[in-house]
Amino acid sequence: MDFNISQTTIVAIVAVINASIRSATPIVLGALSGIVSERSGVVNIGIEGMMLVGAFTGFMVNVYLSAANVAPIFQVQPIRLLIAALVAMICGGLMALLHAVLSIRFKIDQIISGTVLNIFAAGITSYLYVSGAKTLGGLPTAILNPIPESAGIVYRLGQIIFNKDILTYFTLALVPLTGFALFRTTWGLRTRAIGENPRAADTLGIDVYRLQYTNLWISGMLAGLAGATLTLVGIAFDRNMTTGRGFIALAVMIFGVWRPTRALWGAMLFGFASALQVQFQNGGLAKVIPPQFVEMLPYILTLVVLAGFVGRARPPSHVGQAYEVE
Amino acid sequence: MTSTSVSELPTPAEPSGAGRFRLDLNRLLVPFLAIFTAVIIGSILILLAGLDPIKAYIGLLQGAFGSDTGIVRSLTKMAPLILGGLAVAFAFKGGLFNIGAQGQLIIGAVTSAWVGFAVSGLPPILHIPLALLAGAAGGALWGLIPGLLKAYTGAHEVISTIMLNYVASLLVEWLVTAPTADASAGPLAACRVVGGCIASRTPPILSSAMLPNLYTPSAANGEVLHLGVLLALLTALLVSVLIYRTTFGFSLRMVGLSAGAARYSGINVARMTVLTMVIAGALAGLAGSIQTLGVNYHYETNQNTTLGFDSIAVSLLAGNNPLAIIPSAFLFGVLNAGSTQMQIVSHVPNDLIQVIQALILMFVAADQIIRSLYRVRATGDGGEKVKLSSGWGQR
Repeated sequence: MDFNISQTTIVAIVAVINASIRSATPIVLGALSGIVSERSGVVNIGIEGMMLVGAFTGFMVNVYLSAANVAPIFQVQPIRLLIAALVAMICGGLMALLHAVLSIRFKIDQIISGTVLNIFAAGITSYLYVSGAKTLGGLPTAILNPIPESAGIVYRLGQIIFNKDILTYFTLALVPLTGFALFRTTWGLRTRAIGENPRAADTLGIDVYRLQYTNLWISGMLAGLAGATLTLVGIAFDRNMTTGRGFIALAVMIFGVWRPTRALWGAMLFGFASALQVQFQNGGLAKVIPPQFVEMLPYILTLVVLAGFVGRARPPSHVGQAYEVE
Repeated sequence: MTSTSVSELPTPAEPSGAGRFRLDLNRLLVPFLAIFTAVIIGSILILLAGLDPIKAYIGLLQGAFGSDTGIVRSLTKMAPLILGGLAVAFAFKGGLFNIGAQGQLIIGAVTSAWVGFAVSGLPPILHIPLALLAGAAGGALWGLIPGLLKAYTGAHEVISTIMLNYVASLLVEWLVTAPTADASAGPLAACRVVGGCIASRTPPILSSAMLPNLYTPSAANGEVLHLGVLLALLTALLVSVLIYRTTFGFSLRMVGLSAGAARYSGINVARMTVLTMVIAGALAGLAGSIQTLGVNYHYETNQNTTLGFDSIAVSLLAGNNPLAIIPSAFLFGVLNAGSTQMQIVSHVPNDLIQVIQALILMFVAADQIIRSLYRVRATGDGGEKVKLSSGWGQR
């Protein structure tokens, strides 16, 4: 095998893997958000809207703290971006609380409530959005690749493992953490109980509504963080910039059978579909395959996943139905 | 329960003959208060931005009603919202939440444009119906996909229709894309030569496919009252009859209320699901069609970008009743027609309209909030309760 060709191939493969990870990050968080919510029996179709609000608030906080008249302490990169991410999470959580109030307290159909949330999020972020806002920059690389380039393939491997921002690592850590919490802790057991059979859980003394509120709050924070990963890497907010990621995350959740680790692999698949787009645009293949068709891939993949996995994958049995205390 | 029609359902009871447009003050009160509350919250948002809400709303009303141009604009904005709203409501009656009106609508808009410019030599009496039919067929095809997916694989229509919205918008973008050095022209693009033009759009439709003009307002800026407005009103009437006065409509509502019961009574639920989405798609496609044939006279990628989503709000505000969709769509037409004038007069961004629409939607969906806020007692029965999320992940 010709060394030079294999070298460029490896570089291209590394680039695709890195782009896949980047695209997968918000989708993983979105899927975790969906898992936490649906495991407690609440369908969360509003993840898209919560993500959008997270993306918007994260970006705006970054913008405000980047202004010249803000105390220097807040302008220090880690502090500024940490505050931005926290505000994004809180705002995502508040959106989820609205979903909770609408669907648990007022027992509106959860699908309608989520849709209302999505429309509201699109409207309010567009209304408050001011174009051309400047920030002092986004998330830096957390750990630089320490391996020298002369190490060849090991260096390339290092390019995949290192050179990521902190949110990416945090997201990857959240996957096993959520899995552990769901399947190895009291909280997880109770959460799964109210998703499967809230009446039985209630009889055993679990406050169903209280836990649903708590879990929706967590779900919203995860979705808000998912949005923040879009705008805190240095990309400016744009109207409706989530472009269906919240729904793709739900498909990933179903693909992953409501389990965090499996959802991670699903998200990587979607990340890969999105990453191809960039490769195609760079590769000058637009004449052969129109870029719009490559862009369709994640959406079509979602349809295929939905068609192929729903029905075979068993959701929490009480999901989507409001629980009524007798 | 006073209804004596064949469409009587065993249980739950229909709220006071939902088919007929009976003036029931209590039922009108909640939507009215929802709108009122949304407008108040909208004012607070305007105040927070340091602007004048009174000025904004006066600007809005001026834009929508201030002249015959304004009224024509309100009506022409209303027409596609009626059809789009019907697309959502019709599916809703069959137990399906059609978020895909947007995709179905733009597919309809582009297929209409295609028949409008590519088929020549026909007199208007044939060309117009053919172009409208093409729009309906395009939308129907786009509704068929989620229908089949739902019926035969269990894929929830909310996610599949949203995904198809994105696919549709990318597909039509490709169809009309202007050629660049890196990419060739789309099959329906007006531009064929690189650098010849920039806009991604279809050629203009032939005059034989343009919807007849019913009234031209005094300020001649191209906005006219086209036949599509009448067509939309008529379609609302037809859909109402179809839902409440036919055997098909009875089966549709039965599936919507309880797919299980419908199955036991011998209705082919899978077939109904597909058919429901096809008809809903056709209605949305028609909405796109009248936009192309009556307003824009060509298709361009940036057209009709919010109509499908506004249609959801229109339908829910109307309680998914086909006739109530007319005033509901009119309200949203007015909001959209006046928003430009509002922005000019008061500098309030016209995105505010979207926020107000979402708030109206929320208060209508959560009518208990409004009821407890204004101490309005609930109507006797809950009406037809369609359950959307119970089918999550199940066939």
